[in-house]
Amino acid sequence: MSTPTPVSSTVHRRVPLFKRLPVISHFNKSVGLQRTMLVIGLVLTGLFLLTAIFAPLVAPYGFAQLSDNDGSFPTQDPPGGKHLWGTTVGGYDVFSRVIWGSQTAIFVIVVAVVLSIFAGVILGLVSGYLGGWLDRILVVVADAIYAFPSLLVAIVMAIVISGGESNLFGGVLAAAISITVVFIPQYFRVIRAETIRLKAEPFVESAKVVGASNVRIMSRHIYRNATRTLPLIFTLNASEAILTLAGLGFLGFGIEPSSAAEWGFDLNKALADTTSGIWWTGVFPGLAIVWTVLGLTLVGESINDLNDPRLRGRKSAGGKGSGPDPTAVAQAALQAEVR
Amino acid sequence: MSIDIGSVSDRHEASGSPVLEIENLKVTFATDGGDVYAVKDVSLEVKAGEVLAIVGESGSGKTVTAKTILGLLPETATSGGAVLINGNNVISVSAAKLRQIRGRDVAMVFQEPSTALNPVFTVGWQIAEGIRAHAGGGQRVSAKEAKTRAIDALRKVGIPDPENRVNYYPHQFSGGQKQRVVIAAALALNPGLIVADEPTTALDVTVQAEILELLRDLRDKYGTAIVLITHNMGVVADLADRVVVMYQGDVVEEAPAKTLFAEPRQDYTKKLLAAVPHLGRNSASEGMTERAHQGGKVLVEAKDLTIEYPGRLGTPAFKAVDGVSFTVSEGEVFGLVGESGSGKTTIGRAIAGLNRTTGGSLNVLGYEMLNLKERTFKPLRKEIGFVFQDPAASFNPQLTIGDCVAEPLIIHTNPTPAQARKRVGELLESVQLPASYADRFPHELSGGQRQRASLARALILNPKLLIADEPTSALDVSVQAKVLELFKEIQLEFGFAALFISHDLAVVDMLSHWVGVLYKGKLVEQGIGHDVMGAPRHDYTKRLIASLPVPDPAEQAKRREDHRTLLGI
Repeated sequence: MSTPTPVSSTVHRRVPLFKRLPVISHFNKSVGLQRTMLVIGLVLTGLFLLTAIFAPLVAPYGFAQLSDNDGSFPTQDPPGGKHLWGTTVGGYDVFSRVIWGSQTAIFVIVVAVVLSIFAGVILGLVSGYLGGWLDRILVVVADAIYAFPSLLVAIVMAIVISGGESNLFGGVLAAAISITVVFIPQYFRVIRAETIRLKAEPFVESAKVVGASNVRIMSRHIYRNATRTLPLIFTLNASEAILTLAGLGFLGFGIEPSSAAEWGFDLNKALADTTSGIWWTGVFPGLAIVWTVLGLTLVGESINDLNDPRLRGRKSAGGKGSGPDPTAVAQAALQAEVR
Repeated sequence: MSIDIGSVSDRHEASGSPVLEIENLKVTFATDGGDVYAVKDVSLEVKAGEVLAIVGESGSGKTVTAKTILGLLPETATSGGAVLINGNNVISVSAAKLRQIRGRDVAMVFQEPSTALNPVFTVGWQIAEGIRAHAGGGQRVSAKEAKTRAIDALRKVGIPDPENRVNYYPHQFSGGQKQRVVIAAALALNPGLIVADEPTTALDVTVQAEILELLRDLRDKYGTAIVLITHNMGVVADLADRVVVMYQGDVVEEAPAKTLFAEPRQDYTKKLLAAVPHLGRNSASEGMTERAHQGGKVLVEAKDLTIEYPGRLGTPAFKAVDGVSFTVSEGEVFGLVGESGSGKTTIGRAIAGLNRTTGGSLNVLGYEMLNLKERTFKPLRKEIGFVFQDPAASFNPQLTIGDCVAEPLIIHTNPTPAQARKRVGELLESVQLPASYADRFPHELSGGQRQRASLARALILNPKLLIADEPTSALDVSVQAKVLELFKEIQLEFGFAALFISHDLAVVDMLSHWVGVLYKGKLVEQGIGHDVMGAPRHDYTKRLIASLPVPDPAEQAKRREDHRTLLGI
């Protein structure tokens, strides 16, 4: 036998909490191209997050600032000099607005995804576990929402919620809630499917035979096992949320430039510039959208591949294995068993 | 049963030359936790007309060895050494050559016949697939000829009316017949070697006996060499000529079957053989002449119990349990045996309130289950413990063992965390697990340890009744022996009544005072354990007991003769 002597303490050792967190655990088990993809995604997303957090420090001007001590900003000024990425037709500094825009984006993502996760998870658990007429109605409603084009739903919701107002809070909330409505069916479906699968698992039945109540079974046994795919949907939906927000802004249902910076709105205003050869007003907000969506999608897709043992790449066998030898652990357990 | 001998052209003579030689085989898997050495250094050979059994417990590397013979290892595996089939080294040959070898020189019979066959093609098509793939010299085999040969192959394995049934789809066959079809597909090209990976594990004992008979005929009539992978020592005793015992990727012992069972040399083999339950030995009801524990209260009473599963639209309901009557008294262990589909699990689940009864009467601890209301039944749940079949699935993977074991206590008595912890510790000690295991997660325990923890969970409220549904069938034999031993001790110590459900007659006999035999939803026989096993009265029970292979080649040969007479062959 060439395996190292089994050490019983290896069975005890628990991986520290931070190593079990979603993205970090995925990073640790990735290799090769998958790791490269994940790293690129993480870097892009990380820069986006840092920009959003430190926007007040990075941005030279406010998002609604039209003048400084030297007087009003020039309009349609090409990149360079005092205005790094130029200025728009209204006299806004493009660089500052792109930086501030990341804050709006993150705000909308967080509100939208948090709201839809809460509603989607609770509805999915209840609907999947209890079944019956409640389940049927919820599934029909979810399907009905699917049947609408998501942007159309978002527009209707934006009108209903904000009623045309467009201050920061109202605008962001309108965008976030309209995205929420579109996303709830997705979370609902995923959690419901998992719940229905888990409901038939022996550990749920073993909780039933000891007399556990429905609420206890749902919260303690199913919830924790059903939500393991959420980090994946979260990242993929976050990028979709940005696109929906940009789409809303582009169509004019976004946030007024005086309330907050918003990439989709800026793109809309840049439409007229393109024909006159003014590229900087459109390219930079557009790139910001691409950057963020690409980063989040790369992270999401990598997590998806890494979660699936069949898609996950591994270090080839025969190399020097690091860490505890699992056969040794299994052997230790087996020997303890036979004795 | 008998087999028509078709015209066999290239019959392999039992010349004694090896058809398969494995030299210093090593297989390593790359996993998340580093490399796993599944097979470390295995050398063996199989001669024509010989049945070589590779036995071992889970994780011993027996299946990996079998898969290497056909070059079926996944991409994550790397193998070294040599596997020679008729002079070709399977490990190093090209993919095209390997394809030629498969089917022509070596074929495989899989464990689960219902998944080994493609449900959307007829069985004839599936058998012909191999024949057409191996048409020699660039010629095509005509559809007609392929079909004729498929019919021949079906006839060889004893499928009645092969001309018609060649056009049947897999779902039109029973489990045993499906396995015959799989064997027919393996035989279609007359390979010299068949690798059978647990060919009877998914089948009931009565069907298992028929398949073993068929495999023995193949060896005797066609000189086919068989590599039989199994964990069932009874099957080994019944069929094997030579046995290789594997443990953790290494060959521990190799000997002719008779020698191995009579005088095993290695300690591991001795331990393994000692752990195998043997029908008629170690019976719990040894020396009893009348039913025990009848003075106590009757805990479960079924009268003409009927349980139906609703059919699909237009089909009648399926009667899983049909007019069954029995009682379980305080302190008694009632063993329920039956094959798959006999309704034994349904009865167990109905007593625990997991299934609804549809007719007759089922009285559990004074509660009539016919009109079960969860709210009124809940207080009684603390008197009933339940041990599930698969210990890996019956624990919530997100909770620690301590949380899982304490759950019934928390639900019913609302203890302080310290009290709960103390009680969990006591229970774990009494199932012979260290109290420190309470902090571990289920996946950190071995199968046997998990099943002990599962017993602890069932017993934490001191229930009057314990229902154990196949509690050891997912475990290895040596682990099973320990768990059964423990179960017996704990039953004596705690004195609970138990309904012990199993398909394994020997296991039921080891534990139960009173045994009921279920067949197609009906209770065909019940009586004192050793009476039922020793002198069965009902025809089905007789057949069931006769088909059970015992781990002793000499005794098994005698039993096989008896079995044949019983079936009138």
